[in-house]
Amino acid sequence: MKKAWSFAKDTSLYAVKGGSIFYAWILFLFFFILVGSYTSYRQFTEGLILTGATDQITLEMFFANFVFTAHVAAAAVLVVAPGYFYHRKDMKELAVIGEIVAMVFVATGITFILYHMGRPDRLLHMVPGIGFMNFPNSMLVYDTIVLNVYLYLNLFGVLYILYNKYVGTFDAKHLARWFTPIVYLAIAWGPLIHIVTAFVLASNARMESWATAVLPFGFLSMAGASGPSLIVVIFLLARKYSKLEVTDSVIDLLTTIIAWSLGLLMLVFAAEMFSVLYSSTEHADSLKYNMFGRNGLNMYVPWFWGIIGTLIGCFIALLFPRIRRSYDFWLPIVCFLVFFGVLVEKPMVLVFPAFSPSPLGEYTEYHVTVIEFFNVLFVWAMAFLWLTLIVKGAIGILTGEVRYHKSLSHTVEQS
Amino acid sequence: MSEDKNVKMEESADLNEGRREFLKYVCTSSAAALVVAPESSGAVVEAANSADADVTVAEFFQGHFVLMSDEEKKQAIARLEKRYTAKYAKKTTVSDVAAPDGVLFGYALDMSKCIGCRRCVHACVEENNQSREGSVIQWIQVMKIPKGNISFSADELEKGYPEKSKFGDYGVQVGGNAYHPAGLSTEGAQSYYQDETVPDKDFFYLPVQCQQCEKPPCVKACPVRATFRDHAGVVLIDYNWCIGCRMCQLACPYQARRFNWGEPNLPAEDMNPKTHYFGNRPRMRGVMEKCTFCVQRTREGRSPACLEACPVGARKFGNLLDPESDVRKVLATKRVFRFKEEFGTYPKFFYYIG
Repeated sequence: MKKAWSFAKDTSLYAVKGGSIFYAWILFLFFFILVGSYTSYRQFTEGLILTGATDQITLEMFFANFVFTAHVAAAAVLVVAPGYFYHRKDMKELAVIGEIVAMVFVATGITFILYHMGRPDRLLHMVPGIGFMNFPNSMLVYDTIVLNVYLYLNLFGVLYILYNKYVGTFDAKHLARWFTPIVYLAIAWGPLIHIVTAFVLASNARMESWATAVLPFGFLSMAGASGPSLIVVIFLLARKYSKLEVTDSVIDLLTTIIAWSLGLLMLVFAAEMFSVLYSSTEHADSLKYNMFGRNGLNMYVPWFWGIIGTLIGCFIALLFPRIRRSYDFWLPIVCFLVFFGVLVEKPMVLVFPAFSPSPLGEYTEYHVTVIEFFNVLFVWAMAFLWLTLIVKGAIGILTGEVRYHKSLSHTVEQS
Repeated sequence: MSEDKNVKMEESADLNEGRREFLKYVCTSSAAALVVAPESSGAVVEAANSADADVTVAEFFQGHFVLMSDEEKKQAIARLEKRYTAKYAKKTTVSDVAAPDGVLFGYALDMSKCIGCRRCVHACVEENNQSREGSVIQWIQVMKIPKGNISFSADELEKGYPEKSKFGDYGVQVGGNAYHPAGLSTEGAQSYYQDETVPDKDFFYLPVQCQQCEKPPCVKACPVRATFRDHAGVVLIDYNWCIGCRMCQLACPYQARRFNWGEPNLPAEDMNPKTHYFGNRPRMRGVMEKCTFCVQRTREGRSPACLEACPVGARKFGNLLDPESDVRKVLATKRVFRFKEEFGTYPKFFYYIG
């Protein structure tokens, strides 16, 4: 118990100490947390009428962002798998960072769903025993189950590894017999949460543009592009500002994954566009609306072409070794563009245009409100705050700067 | 549709802040009941005084209504009656009459008779206590669909892509006369027409409301079974159990479900005090609602409000199991179709050409 207490204390103390850039970043996040607290209060007391959602476009920015968090959370296994499946030594130490990303992003996704719900106070109605779960019919029930299991799998994995490293009992060769299966389960669970999330959308026959079999494939390839982009940036920052050892081979592997996930994404987009646009039936209506607008409603058009252009551009850019190896300049830029491109793709291509035409033939544009926008930023700021602090604490443990000292009075070793 | 959104936002901003706070206060506090009291009768005052915060708390912890014991149901009903009576300052009854046995409710609508007057829409709003201002809720949406006679024009004859070829096929891919819908189609349908007089001779009208599917996708999608089908075939919602996730709205191919985006705005003087638990009792913010075939009327053998309001007799309602009912006679003698039958939902709402 004493060990656990000092683990929590030392890690937290290490996590909140940093240089001026670190504090500036935290302060930057706190601005959005402060503003977002007010806008969240407004939304939770006055209702979703403060968002841009309508009976025609019933999913708001929160749901779109939730799908994106599922992308990143699922993709974190791409950092865990090489270490555990292929026994890559350079990756095995870093696997825990992937699990942290998964954990934080799943938690963020669940938070977005709370913002999406009209009655978050009735959440317990979904808990079996207290409430009722519509199993096995409702896809949202499956999604709730897989997201929660994934959250706790990763939370457990992260705590187990970090704690044992902290007290010095972690031996990669002699992982407890029950621990390796848990890691494997967590790796398999990553794609699972994403496929189920795709099915939550694809299960709605009336959403013509979602009722397609390529949706999970599109989701997984976008996950493979956006998740590693974030992790590459984290690794590049970590090796620049800390003693964490991240070799070029790790970055190169992740860059390859990003590039070919984007390659697969091109194929998925092309396949979907061909199969709906050639025959041009009602299944093509929302895609055509997204691409060209309709009767003067063309809000999504620049977003569509901008996002497609960005993703194709990033794919081509990553084929050049000079850009892939420009660790200080081009690579972070490309990673940022991929991450941001896929993030913006969610509302502007996947979610909002899919609601037009509505079942009764209405074409609608979605106008994000200020309150909704700051609520989204609030959730993101919280996500990045937790991500920064947990990753920083983990780096302290991985580099050995934070260690358990029986004799010393549990202070952070300054080295 | 952006216009509709703008209206919603403006009206929500216009809503007097003080009034909203006031209503919220009334809803949760017994002190506020005294403020209401002077305007109301003695019996109401008595009921209002006991509608305190405990009522709200007990309501918060209640389970799914269908799964409640008879005693719990009685208490839940009493709580609601107390709360509504206090809030709207009129004696409100909340019924939980069960659906009659041996009945399967069905509806038939004669689309050749409908003149698009929307009297059904307004009768429904009044009967079912829908939100009037702020977030406007109407369970029936009337589509105004262009007749084929205005779809084709000689001007379009040589328009479109590809241009004239040696086969003479103009515009067989894009544009030209191919781009004008004709007949029963949601393409080109207008639901927000503001005509001085109806019917418009170039259009026909198709009212759409909950189709009470035999295979309802909304019931399948609901994660908490807040929406379910009763044994008379009507899909209902327990407003106190709904978590507001809107998966049902996403699943519905008829756009029949309406969400309470904000606090519903139901003026006390317009409130219909004869309510049913699953039907027209006032709803709260953040829950789904939709047409219930007027469960508070039809379970007592009356007709739905929309049927009674229809000036041209386009609407027929009845028991699908009874060969003598109006709806069965329509099915036997008319050309009947189901709207969007390709979704495989098997609605019990039929359209016919009379």
